[in-house]
Amino acid sequence: METILVLAHTENDGSLAKTAREALHAAATLHKSLAGSKLVVGLVGDNVQAAANSIAACPATKYFGVTGAEFTQPRYGTDTAAAEAICKTAQATVVVAPATSRWARVLPGVAQRLGGRADTHVTGAAAADGKISVNRWYYRQRMESSQTRTQRPWILGIDPGSQSACDCGAGTASVEMVAVNLPDTAKRTTVVGVREPKADAQTIRPDAQLLFVTGAGWTKKQADGQTHVPEAEKLILGFLKASRASLGSSKSLVDLGGEGQAVLPFLSHLNQIGQTGATPRHAKGLSTCCHGEEPHTVGWRFINERRAISLDPNCGWARGKADVLYVADAFQVIAKVNELLA
Amino acid sequence: MSTAYQIVVCGSIVPDPLQTLEPVAAPTGPALKNEMMLPAVLDPWAGHALFEAANLAKNTPGSKVWLVALGPKAKLQQVMMTVAQKVPFELVALDGSASGFTDATETAAALADAIAAIPGLDKSKLLVFGGWESASRGAGATLQMVGERLGITDQFQGVDQLTLNADGSLEILERIEGGKHQVSKCAGAPALLGWATGNLPEPKNNPQVGMVNMRTVMPALQKAKPTKLAGEGLTFASVALPKQLRETQIVKDKSPDEIAKEIVEWIKK
Repeated sequence: METILVLAHTENDGSLAKTAREALHAAATLHKSLAGSKLVVGLVGDNVQAAANSIAACPATKYFGVTGAEFTQPRYGTDTAAAEAICKTAQATVVVAPATSRWARVLPGVAQRLGGRADTHVTGAAAADGKISVNRWYYRQRMESSQTRTQRPWILGIDPGSQSACDCGAGTASVEMVAVNLPDTAKRTTVVGVREPKADAQTIRPDAQLLFVTGAGWTKKQADGQTHVPEAEKLILGFLKASRASLGSSKSLVDLGGEGQAVLPFLSHLNQIGQTGATPRHAKGLSTCCHGEEPHTVGWRFINERRAISLDPNCGWARGKADVLYVADAFQVIAKVNELLA
Repeated sequence: MSTAYQIVVCGSIVPDPLQTLEPVAAPTGPALKNEMMLPAVLDPWAGHALFEAANLAKNTPGSKVWLVALGPKAKLQQVMMTVAQKVPFELVALDGSASGFTDATETAAALADAIAAIPGLDKSKLLVFGGWESASRGAGATLQMVGERLGITDQFQGVDQLTLNADGSLEILERIEGGKHQVSKCAGAPALLGWATGNLPEPKNNPQVGMVNMRTVMPALQKAKPTKLAGEGLTFASVALPKQLRETQIVKDKSPDEIAKEIVEWIKK
């Protein structure tokens, strides 16, 4: 009989993030299809009662918590100890956790401590004939597998955005507190803060409906034989401001900046999508001046509706990957789009 | 006072990203079609880790870099011909599969054993580096398990910057959600860092560095320990390419005004 543990951490305000509810949804679905299984919840944070109450109507039969100021910091030493303690107390055989940056840092280490296994970037979990299988991608989203494991505990890191969020209601949950003895070695690291661009300079917006992908074409010579980088910058930032889209970039465009060339200064490797970048999840994607495989094949894997603007009607990477390919000058089109969105 | 570090970089080879990859069923599980024929490169994020390690060693006298790589010996040799020209390091080679379908736990066990066996290893000076994910398995799991096996509980993933403070502590920037970085301060080595892109460009080839490196690379490849990754307990029901070829509508007879109007309607829909 499987004991499925949903392992989540609270946010700074004590709430549960959407990603935690997505993991809960995946676990609850698994629980429903596994006869005789138990569903329990484990929470880590300064105070977890409010978070537990917010999902009290879910089918979990028990709630476990590790609380205290030491567990507010997203740090390996303390998070691993907390997760290990909960897994042991809950006697979990399957652990379902959101693959947030905080949990992604520690879950494989927890599996190692427990003698189990961890599968990360899980995009689906199902059970048939009493056997659990998970889906995940290999070779940077180029191929998808369905796989099973015999080892327990089996820790599954659920990719954010890959599941719908559990809409179970609130109530009052009884949380069993789990004590954790923290050695001094677990506290050698201190989280001192978060560094982020100013609000108006933040171009990465995970919750945006639209991903706007810029390619190296923005910095190349245009029809007049000149580059128009300042104009490109104005157009791209204007579009982002008006549309509230998230900005992705091809590797080549970001690398130009890294090589010291004065191009699109607001782009960094954090914007990069594709092979060595992110594979973000957005409802829509609009690519401009991109001619490589990476943005269209890997970076766009989890984009539902895709459109591209390119001067090349035969762009092999847009054809077959985009729903609509506009053969046009992106400078002219985006300028008009910005006027309409203003 | 500057600390000398022993920096061990874990990193292996992956198929060149420009290659078309196709999964096939092999007797031992899934594999890539013509896998041994595919041109290979050093895993990109592991490459960033290696370049950051070399830069750190250059700036902290007395430090040394090892590259611990698990892969088929012949392919490792090919890739090392290029990588060895980039930065100075000593290779520790393990002869085994570099397939993405191998198990992270088994890979971690092999890597940790190889690191622990490095002569003269001093854990108080040890920094374990690697890519935060590979371009093959892409699990982001192996390094954490290596760290656990080596008893390292200061671990960081998605690292873009490491700064050494005068008191020997480390300041580390890790990628977190929403294009932000978490800033942490770690008391010092030992620590494990899974690198994202970092800030350094790829070094240019330097034949002199290559000559020095090859003195240790070839012997390391010759004595590479055969490493079997059985994938125990792991069964693949299927591995397939996504069926996602789209019927692309090519629009080439509309003015920028018309296209802009259509795009705005689509965005607002």
